[in-house]
Amino acid sequence: MDTATKEEPAFTGSVSKPHQGKPAASAVPVVSYRDVKKSYGDLEVLHGIDLDIAAGEKVALIGPSGSGKTTLGRMLMTLEEPTSGVIEVEGEPLWQMERNGKLVRANEHHLHRMRSKIGMVFQHFNLFPHMKVLRNVTEAPRKVLGLDKEEAHDRAVEMLRKVGLEDKLDVYPSKLSGGQKQRVAIARALVMRPKIMVFDEVTSALDPELVGEVLAVIKEIAEEGEMAMMLITHEMDFARDVADRVIFGADGRIVESGPPQELFGQPKSDRLKSFLSRFV
Amino acid sequence: MWDWSYAASILPRLLSALQATFIATAWGFALACTLGLVLAVLSRSRFVLVRLTVDGISEFIRRTPLLVQIFFLFYSIPLLTGISVPALTTGIIGLGLHYSTYMSQVYRSGIEGIDNGQWEAAKALNFTPVRTWSAIILPQAIPPILPIMGNYLIVMFKETPLLAAITVVELLTTAKNINARDWRPFEPYTIVGVLFLVISLIVAFLVGWLENRMKQRYTR
Repeated sequence: MDTATKEEPAFTGSVSKPHQGKPAASAVPVVSYRDVKKSYGDLEVLHGIDLDIAAGEKVALIGPSGSGKTTLGRMLMTLEEPTSGVIEVEGEPLWQMERNGKLVRANEHHLHRMRSKIGMVFQHFNLFPHMKVLRNVTEAPRKVLGLDKEEAHDRAVEMLRKVGLEDKLDVYPSKLSGGQKQRVAIARALVMRPKIMVFDEVTSALDPELVGEVLAVIKEIAEEGEMAMMLITHEMDFARDVADRVIFGADGRIVESGPPQELFGQPKSDRLKSFLSRFV
Repeated sequence: MWDWSYAASILPRLLSALQATFIATAWGFALACTLGLVLAVLSRSRFVLVRLTVDGISEFIRRTPLLVQIFFLFYSIPLLTGISVPALTTGIIGLGLHYSTYMSQVYRSGIEGIDNGQWEAAKALNFTPVRTWSAIILPQAIPPILPIMGNYLIVMFKETPLLAAITVVELLTTAKNINARDWRPFEPYTIVGVLFLVISLIVAFLVGWLENRMKQRYTR
């Protein structure tokens, strides 16, 4: 860890020590995992993950259940803390912060600031059942971003239109189908304008006939560009369609990664071959 | 035996004594609800020391009789602080404090009934802990427990005669005073019982209505 505090310039507006001097431009990955490990008790589920995601890049994470894909996403959303290693968001450590020239465990204030760059859509939607659809989407812009009522409303309606639900503003989530709920959840996360969004098996809890509408919405958002995506998914066609890069993980390691055509077309490892054979 | 005209003659005095009973119940309940919420939230603190302290205090209060606590507050607060607090206020503090520990359990059950996904969604949307509690968790946790809270309101109402022990002139004390004057225990104590019954029934009816309403939430 860097201890050369004396030469440290006065406050530079950034505490990104490891990348000091570098601008937070597209050269810096939006997310960077460095030797990230995660254990539950004695059980290590991630054995040192290294992974960079470029700004705007769409990365699909595939692999058998229990491979640690979801844990990877949850650590980025600050829902679970890595056991060791560093996750950087735009060059700045997520779970650590600088204090007196040393990296120490992040406090709530630091996490709060970092979280504004990250969004997540959950497998089980996690909509707020006591709020109507519109309020589900306006609540965070108002209370977290501090937008005024009209601005939050306009942004929310724009997002709900994008996911095709502008006619459902005034109903409670309990009245919606699973696919509609998930689309509201996507709008709710999008409205915060994160730099990277984690999609954690967002179609796994849906009836098969509702999967398509949700994937179509995500694909449309992906085509708009700027926001990076981490797509944790079991939908191989979707991964091939949307992702710039596919990562195959198994048993807490990244086994293979590359462009979708390569990974699906010429899988190298036996592990990936046997995994893919189940989807033919 | 039962003398209707005598009963009618003492009724106004007993009804006016209800005022102290109501005041003690209402303020005691308000205190129990507020303090109970604080205890419930603190008992989920990230800090072990806070959790242990809060749970220790709750346990202590719950494991000792309310009457003892009321006596303790009544005689010790003036001795320890030099401030003389009116008996009714002492009674309200005693009732509120005692029942806050039960109320915190009620809140806790409501809070634990909230799916963990709600906490995670709140975090993913970057709500601060205060906003998470006020906008996401409590609005969902409280409606289902309102009926249980209502039942505690009835229980507290029925416990107010304990305040007679520290000279609060509430319903029971008034009945006792009437008996001391007229040597007629039958009518005053019967009326006190009936008054408690009638008011409890009314509140219980309201609680039942509330319970039904809560079952129909979010499905409009």
